Formats: sequence, structure tokens, C-alpha cells
Amino acid sequence: MPTQSNLASSTAQVRAYAPTADLNVSSPPSQREKARPHAAASQRDLRTEPGPIRFLIIALAVIFLTVFVVLPLVVVFASAFSRGITAYFAALSEPEALSAIRLTLLIAAISVSLNLIFGVIAAWAISKFDFAGKTFLITLIDLPFSVSPVISGLVFVLLFGAQGFFGTWLQAHNIHILFAVPGIALATIFVTFPFVARSLIPLMQEQGTQEEEAAISLGASGLQTFFRVTLPNIKWGLLYGVLLCNARAMGEFGAVSVVSGHIRGETNTMPLLVEILYNEYQFVASFAIASLLAMLALITLIVKTILERRLDEGQIVSDD
Amino acid sequence: MGLTLTWLSVIVLIPLAGLFLKTLDLSFDQFWSIITSRRTLSALRISFGLSFAAACVNLVMGTIIVWALVRYRFPGRRLFDAIVDIPFALPTAVAGVALTQLFAQKGWLGAPLAELGIKVAFTPIGIFVAMVFIGIPFVVRTVQPVLIDLDPEIEEAAASLGANRWHTVFRVILPSLIPALLTGFALAFARAVGEYGSVIFIAGNLPNVSEIAPLLIVIRLSEFRYADATAIAVVMLLASFVIIFAVNRLQRWAQTRIPTH
Repeated sequence: MPTQSNLASSTAQVRAYAPTADLNVSSPPSQREKARPHAAASQRDLRTEPGPIRFLIIALAVIFLTVFVVLPLVVVFASAFSRGITAYFAALSEPEALSAIRLTLLIAAISVSLNLIFGVIAAWAISKFDFAGKTFLITLIDLPFSVSPVISGLVFVLLFGAQGFFGTWLQAHNIHILFAVPGIALATIFVTFPFVARSLIPLMQEQGTQEEEAAISLGASGLQTFFRVTLPNIKWGLLYGVLLCNARAMGEFGAVSVVSGHIRGETNTMPLLVEILYNEYQFVASFAIASLLAMLALITLIVKTILERRLDEGQIVSDD
Repeated sequence: MGLTLTWLSVIVLIPLAGLFLKTLDLSFDQFWSIITSRRTLSALRISFGLSFAAACVNLVMGTIIVWALVRYRFPGRRLFDAIVDIPFALPTAVAGVALTQLFAQKGWLGAPLAELGIKVAFTPIGIFVAMVFIGIPFVVRTVQPVLIDLDPEIEEAAASLGANRWHTVFRVILPSLIPALLTGFALAFARAVGEYGSVIFIAGNLPNVSEIAPLLIVIRLSEFRYADATAIAVVMLLASFVIIFAVNRLQRWAQTRIPTH
């Protein structure tokens, strides 16, 4: 949601237009005031609350976010380092931990690259062409977002499980999907599918098809047009989608938990290992793995903020 | 294009169709008896009821947070703005163990609450807390852009026509935020209903008391009672279809309602 930074960039302007206390409430806004940017006007007496209420609202917001969001994050790191830094690194270098990290990286690599390719194609199809069933296609793309992760896992169990539709065939050919890497990858692809497509569709719709049409009329081939014209235009949006897709792929728990079978050292991803260690009261080890995932989340957020700023700048440039 | 449809069918459509096909194996009576069994009903009631309560809290607190972030300037504002996204970004299992640790009887918040006689972890209150945690970004992030874009002249007009601040906020500003607020509420509700990872650690998972519907699906699967798991899943899936549909309608309503300037 690249919406905040234009607000932030106008903060300086807001300060410059410090509220004037002698403003007459009953007089209509003058011409000069109308000419100001919106955000600049927000500090005026007319559009704000009395000091105590303002303080109360800020205090409520800050306390709520601190208790419900900041504290859990702090707990992760505090618990991970509660027995000191050696115990932390010892927990991370356990063979089980290493195999979980390896599996998580593998699954993320598979699902991000596949969703990257198909997300771009889906967004391209939806934003540059008109066809019947387009709304249906968009709904289909959004679907994994609104389905419970457990159900996302369940559908693959029903397809590939021993009692599933393809179960007997798979067993006859000795192909392992469920309780193995392919199943985990499939479930992860399912839950992360919307990210790339969703972050590209609005961007590509806004850019329209003019540049592509120009390229093609100048003799560029379809692929050339895509790599030389479309791709450079969407690169920040694409990175944004990949970033979110990756974060979810590495952190997915519900869907993966249903299809993985929890085979130690083989089909446990990092989130699953967090659960197992926690249930075995190995809190330091559990939170050590959790702290890696939390760091991933924090890095994702920081990069996301930078990318949102880039996206906003890109929009401002294309507006001119 | 054909490629997109094929891929989407393989990844999304076929698996979901499989789910519905599987329920057709059941007769209606069987389906009905699974759905109306005491344990299923309790799980559904806990999931939907607590999600609704959590979404209500998110609605109120989300509005307050958005207001503070958009309308006021205070130290750390941009940091808190970024912090709102943490429940989105933090893997659910990590959130689950962290909240449990925090609210357990010896935890930082659990200990003082226990002295007051309030037990959070391993009770339905724990489920509620986890649902509030994961739902908060939905309300904030759907309402934020709308509040930023709100035309200041409407407020100025209300004020200059003699409305006091209370009236302006509750009669003029909040009504124009309603579609966004309801969308955020619906998204937070939908997320809480389906949530698994961040809830199961803190829930206690006692059948009929603190067992959520997604967990019951997992339990039925581990007992190889696939039909039971599928039936519960279908009910939840239908509920989320209804919610998506409602959200889409809300957004269309919002687009026709608020004139773009």
C-alpha cells in the first residue's frame, strides 16, 4: 500500500504552516487558504480536536500498538537470548535446525520463482487485455488470501493423500507428493500466489498499453516489448510482490503443517520446527529459530518501506 | 493467457473443486450430522464468535490508530506507522509462540494479569487476543488511504456552518469512512476465522471450550476422518465466499458513494 510517503513528504510543509490561533471559526476559507495543499491545511484549528482528546487518542494508539505488536516481537528476541549468546548459536547449529533452514530456503526458492513467472503473466493478461471472465479470474487470484491456511493444506491432502483422488495412482508409481517436498511446495505456491499478481495489476493498469503499442508498431517483437518496455516499468512493483511473496513463503505455517507430515530432519520447515521445539519445552531453541523468522519479517518491512517510497516517486514522475 | 488459466486451474481451481467433490461422497444426512455434532458446532461458534468480537475491537482501535497516524504529529509516528504491518509480516507460528510466552502465567503480561485473577493463555481470552493481534493491520490499512484523501473542505464547511467538532467527526467524517471501516472489519473477521498458527499455541485447545474450527479440521485429518475434515472446511469456505462477496460489494458501494475530487 504505497500511500504514506506523500503524506510524510508534506510534513515539512505542515510545520511551515503552523496553526494560527486567531482564526475566525465562522468566516469562510479565504482564497489563499484554498490554494494550499490538503495536508497543509490539516493543522488548522478547524480540523483538529482539543489538546486533551488529541493526547488521549495518541496515547491509546501508542499503548495498544506497544502491547499487542511491539511486546510480542521483543519477547521473541528476549527468549531466544535468555540463556546467552552461545546457547542461541548452539540451538541454531543443531542438525535439525540446519535442515529446517535449508528446506525453508528451498521451498521459498521454488515457490517464489514459479509465482514470479505466473504472477507476471496473470497480471499482464488481466491489465493489458479485455476478455470474458476477467472478474472471475481476479476472484480466483484473490481466493488463496481469504481461505484458511488449513483448508489450503487440506485440498492437497484430498488430491494426493492415500485416500485422495490421485492417491492410488501415485502410490502405484511410487511418487511422493504428500509428506514430501513437492507437497510442501504446492501448498506454499497456493497460499503465496496472489502476492506478485496483486501488486502488479494496479500498476500495469495505470500504465496502460500505449508504450507497448508504440514499441510493437516500431517493429519490436512481443518478447522484446516485454523485456525492454514492460519489465523496466514494473520493476519496483515486481520487487515489492516478490518480497511479500518470499516473506509469506518462508513463514507459512498452517497449510504446510497439514501437508508436511512433520518428519524430523526431512519435512520440517522453520515455522514447523518452532512449533515442535516449543511443544517440547525447548524454549531457547524454539525462539532461536523464531528470531530468524522475526528478523526476516523486520527486514521485509524495512525493504517494503523503501520500495513503497520508490513506487510513489515513480508515480509522481509518471504523473508529470 | 491460456497458460495463466491452466496454471490457476492446476494450483487453485482443481484443488478447491476437489474439496467440493469430496463432500459429494457424503449423503446430506451424513454431512448434516457432522456439521451439527456438538464438537463441530462448538468449534464453529468459537471461531466465528471470537473472530467477530476481535474484529469489533480492531474496528474501534484501528480507527483510533488511523486517526492518530493520519491527523496528528507525535514523536515516533512513522515508526508506529511501520509497526502496524508487523502482524502481516511476522510468520504466524512466531506470533503464536510469542503471544503465548507473553501471556503465559509467568509471562511479562500474564503474571500481572494473573494477580488480577485474569487468565489469558490457554483460555478463550487467549484466542481472542491472538485474533486481535492478527486483525489490526486490516482496519488500519484499509481506512488510512481514505482518511488521507478525505476532502478537507467538507470538514471546513461543516465547522463553518456551526457544527462543533464532535458533530463534525461523528456526522461528517466517520460516515464517509464507513465503507472503508466495514471493509477493514470484514477482512479482519475473515482472517481471524481462518487463522491457525497464531491461535493454536495460546488457545489451550480444549474440545468445546477453546478449540477453533481450523484446528478441528487438522485433528480430524490426523484421525484420517477425511469426510469430517472436508465437511467443516466446506462450511468455512462458504463463509469466506460470503465475506469476499460482501467486501467486493462494499468496495463498489464506496466507489459510487464518495465523489473523487
